[in-house]
Amino acid sequence: MTAPAEGIAALPVVRKQRNPVLQSEAARGLGLISPTFIYAVIFLVIPIVLVIANSFWTQNYLTIDRTFTLENYRIALTDPIYRDLLMRSLWISLLVSFFTVVLAYPIAFFISFHGGKHKGLWLFLITIPFWTSYLLRVMSWKVILGYNGVLNATLMGLGITNGPSDAFLYNTSAVVITLTHAWATFAVLPIFVSLEKIDRSLVEAATDLGDGPLRRFLRITLPLSAPGIISATLIVMIPTVGDFVTPRLVGGKDGVMIANAIQAQFGKGANWPLGAALSVTTMAVVTAMAASVVLVIRMAARRIR
Amino acid sequence: MKTLRNFTPSWLKTYAFLYVIFLYLPVIFLPIFSVNTSATPKFPLSGFTFKWYGDLTRTPALTDAAWNSLLVGVSASLLSTIFGICAARAITRYRFPGRRTINGLLMAPLVLPEIIVAVSMLLVMLQLGLSLSLITVVFGHVLICIPYSLSVLTSGFEGFDRSLEEASSDLGESAFGTFRRVTLPMVSPAIISSLLVSFTISLDEFIMAFFLTGTEATLPVYIWGQLRFAAKLPGVLALGTLLLAGSIILLTIAEIVRRRASNRTQNMGGMIA
Repeated sequence: MTAPAEGIAALPVVRKQRNPVLQSEAARGLGLISPTFIYAVIFLVIPIVLVIANSFWTQNYLTIDRTFTLENYRIALTDPIYRDLLMRSLWISLLVSFFTVVLAYPIAFFISFHGGKHKGLWLFLITIPFWTSYLLRVMSWKVILGYNGVLNATLMGLGITNGPSDAFLYNTSAVVITLTHAWATFAVLPIFVSLEKIDRSLVEAATDLGDGPLRRFLRITLPLSAPGIISATLIVMIPTVGDFVTPRLVGGKDGVMIANAIQAQFGKGANWPLGAALSVTTMAVVTAMAASVVLVIRMAARRIR
Repeated sequence: MKTLRNFTPSWLKTYAFLYVIFLYLPVIFLPIFSVNTSATPKFPLSGFTFKWYGDLTRTPALTDAAWNSLLVGVSASLLSTIFGICAARAITRYRFPGRRTINGLLMAPLVLPEIIVAVSMLLVMLQLGLSLSLITVVFGHVLICIPYSLSVLTSGFEGFDRSLEEASSDLGESAFGTFRRVTLPMVSPAIISSLLVSFTISLDEFIMAFFLTGTEATLPVYIWGQLRFAAKLPGVLALGTLLLAGSIILLTIAEIVRRRASNRTQNMGGMIA
């Protein structure tokens, strides 16, 4: 206990007098962060590099043939099964990120501008479901949307439908609903942060100069919160593409996504290099889609002003 | 103008309440159906029972999974908090080249599709010839807990005023005394909430555990296995309710600790200024 404490208290004073401040600061900072950095390199950077390498290899039963080939990518990009799965996954993640952001914006706006003393409480209330098990949240949607589910019981109870319908579960919209719910909070936080950063005197100035609430919102608040909208979109869009639990539990045949195919390639009697190529392709394509969405949002924000 | 200003919050407030209901409603059905006598989760409810909870304690596979989850959770939260402390201290206190890049790398697991992170770790483990076990799950969980630990700890350390440490040693406190009486009380709330938050993440995490575990299941992996059997659903709902309650309690404690600490440092700052 004594040694680290001594190090913390005494060293900076001594070092600062001897060395150029910056150099010693840089060395100490890098030294301190290196264990965590090395961990991330070993368990994140190297694995991802290895996946990329694997995607150019071939598997012969249990051995890996390390001669360079583009065959896996040819399959990943041209096989209609994978192409359809990828397109569907992209479409689902685009829909989900659109809905989460649109639903999250007003709530972030409310907390930031009208939260008053209870800002912290509101944020806490909203983040709690997101920390809880994602598997359980998906499961509860299965209970709600199912044939004997809550939704059917409610609709029948209200006299809107006569018998239970199986139209709610096991399709793409069930996946979209479940994912929108699962990622809701994730979108609120970045938008909230960007709204908090807006200088309130700008909004007041617009009011004083005669802008009504709607105009004021469209011309000041919305464009200035574009960075928050962008990060919310990214933080939802990229991980959603790689989800395999939701499609498996509520997606049925029409809701299968690319991650289910990736998972299958890494399961029993499967093809790692093909799975790796599918992973790399998915990452590349979703990054491209995310980048173009960012570009569109930026352009829209500039247009409005 | 005044009417407009009052008008905006009122519909917004309604929206905010509806939004919170939308967030919580699906989750509420888990506890409701877990105390229902019927084996299928449907309305109308048939009767009240705790028998599904009673059954849980009599399932050895489940108690094993709970024990595994506890082991993994404690190890992952300790490790990720230690790694988080190093990184957060370095980031908040020193300026060094590559600070932002390293920070970005450490936060990356948060925005990468989890399946890709899991699959790449799986590949490395298998090609290194490591056998999959709870240890490999811990490795995976540490990686995805680091972003959370790091952000909790960074915001905790940011309020930390270094001159307090210097003042303490100038006033004749020994190095150990300074650490115990000044440094520790100021950073411990952030450390406690990092421990609790990362434990909760690990407890609830499924995808990494699913890919990286060998034969031993954690609770979410156990639940996943049970979902195939319709007859097991009430038990799963009961287990899910317990997990949910546990997570919410831990997170509330983390939030209270964090908030108390931030109030205190603010007051101290005020006193000093």
